[in-house]
Amino acid sequence: MLKILKYSFYDLMRSRWSYVYFLFYLVLGFVLLFLNNDLSKAVITLMNIIIVLVPLIGTIFGVMYYYNSKEFTELLLAQPLKRSTIFLGQYFGVAGSLTLSLVLGLGIPFILYGLFRSDAIFNFVLLLVIGAFLTLIFTALAFNIALSNENKIKGFGYAVLLWLFLAVIYDGLFLLSLIIFEEYPLDTFSLAATMFNPIDLSRTLILLKLDISALLGYTGAVFKKFFGTDLGLIVSLAVLLLWTVLPVQRLAFKAKRKDF
Amino acid sequence: MIHIENLHKRFGKNQVLSGVDLNIENGGIYAILGPNGSGKTTLIKSILGMVIPNQGNISVLGQNAVNSWRYRQQIDYLPQIANFPSNIRVKELVRMIKDLRQKDSNEKKLIALFKLEPFLNKKLGTLSGGTKQKVNLVLTFMFDSPLMILDEPTTGLDPASLIQLKKLIQEEKANGKTLLITTHIMQFVEEVADEVIYLLEGQIFFKGTIDDLKKKTGQADVEHAIAAIATETRDA
Repeated sequence: MLKILKYSFYDLMRSRWSYVYFLFYLVLGFVLLFLNNDLSKAVITLMNIIIVLVPLIGTIFGVMYYYNSKEFTELLLAQPLKRSTIFLGQYFGVAGSLTLSLVLGLGIPFILYGLFRSDAIFNFVLLLVIGAFLTLIFTALAFNIALSNENKIKGFGYAVLLWLFLAVIYDGLFLLSLIIFEEYPLDTFSLAATMFNPIDLSRTLILLKLDISALLGYTGAVFKKFFGTDLGLIVSLAVLLLWTVLPVQRLAFKAKRKDF
Repeated sequence: MIHIENLHKRFGKNQVLSGVDLNIENGGIYAILGPNGSGKTTLIKSILGMVIPNQGNISVLGQNAVNSWRYRQQIDYLPQIANFPSNIRVKELVRMIKDLRQKDSNEKKLIALFKLEPFLNKKLGTLSGGTKQKVNLVLTFMFDSPLMILDEPTTGLDPASLIQLKKLIQEEKANGKTLLITTHIMQFVEEVADEVIYLLEGQIFFKGTIDDLKKKTGQADVEHAIAAIATETRDA
C-alpha cells in the first residue's frame, strides 16, 4: 500500500492545487494574526473557517482525484496488487497531502508568531487535530460516493450535497427541532444529535475547550459538563475516529466487489 | 493454464456471459473473436479479476482467480485503449510499473524496437494514439510472464510497428508462452493464431483451429468464415 500512497502523494504534491491550498492557509494564518494581534482570538476565527472549509475541500478533492485517476486505477488493477491496497493507498495519499497542506500552512505563521511561548498551544493543536480528522472523514466520504457513482456529474453533485447537508442544513434542522420540542428536556437529544454530525461535533468540541461556553446558556452548561471534561474529549475524539474508520471500511469493502 | 467453468456475468439487466466453459492449454496463441458486445473484454477482465463473476470458477496456472490477486504476477496484460494518466512522463510510468511488479524487465530493447527514445521525457497526455499504444506494448512485453493477454493489440499501429509486434508475438510463443489475443482484424488472426475461440451471445460458439473453422463453415478464408457464423446464427 505504501507504494500506491507514495505515487498518489507525489502526484498531488506536483499538482498546482496542493500549493494553492497550502498558500491559502499560509496567507490566512498571517492575515488573522496580523489583524487580531492575539493568538487565542485568531484560533477562534480560524476555527470558524476550518470547520466549513476543510470538509468542503476534502470532499471536492476526494471526488476529483478519484475520477481523474480512473485510468491509473485501471492500470493498477491489472497488476499483482490487492484491491484494498490500491484504493486505500490512493485515499491516504489524498487525505495525507491535504492534511500536510493544512498543518504546514497554518503551523508556519503561528510558530513564527510565537506559538510555543503562548498558552494557546493546546487549543491550536486541538484545532489542527480536528482539521486533520475532518479531512480524513470527508475525503473518505467523497471516495465512497465516487466509487458508488460511475457518472461524474452525479457523484460530484451527491458529494457537494452531502457537504451542504452536514455543514448547513443539519444545523437548521437541529435548531428547528429544538424550537418545536422546546417543552421537552432536550439535553440528551442535542448531545446525541451533535455526535451524529462530524462538523457539529468538531465545532462544539473547540468552542467548549475555548471556554466561551458561558455564551451558550443552559444547554451550553450541559455540554460543558460533558465536553469540558477529559472523558468528553476522549469520547468526542473516539466518535471522530469512528467517523473516519467506518467510511474507510466501506471503501475497502465496496472496492472488493466492484467491476472495472 | 486457464480453466473456466460455467462463468456467468451480468451488468444490470444485460447478461454478458452466460455459462462459459473454457480450457486453455499451455503454450500457443489463442485468438478470442466475436461480434461487438459478445463479451470478449468481459471474459478477459474476468480472467484478470477486474470483473467479478456472478457465478462460476476461474483458475489460472492452478490458482483460483476469483477474489485473489497474487496470480496476476504471472500475467502480462495489454489493455484495450491505452488510458494512461496524462500528467506523467513515459519514463516515469515505465519506472513506476517496474517498481510495482518487482520483476526483471527488458524495456530498453523494446523502447529501441519501437523507436520511443524521443518520447521518454514527454507527458503521456501529449502523445498520439499510436505512440500511446507503443508505450502500452512496451509495458506489457517488458516482463517475462507465462501468460500474456492482449486486448486489441493492433489498434493505431503503423505497418512497421505491426510487423515488429507480430515478430514479438512469435518470439513469445517460441519461448513457450500462452497468448490470448482479441482482435477484429482477420488477417492478423490468420497470420498469428493457432486456435480460434469464437464468442457469441455470451457463450463459446466455436473453439478450434482456423482450418476447422473453414471446414465447418465451408468458406475459403477466415473473414468469410467468421461472417458466415454471424449470418448463420442470425438466420437460425
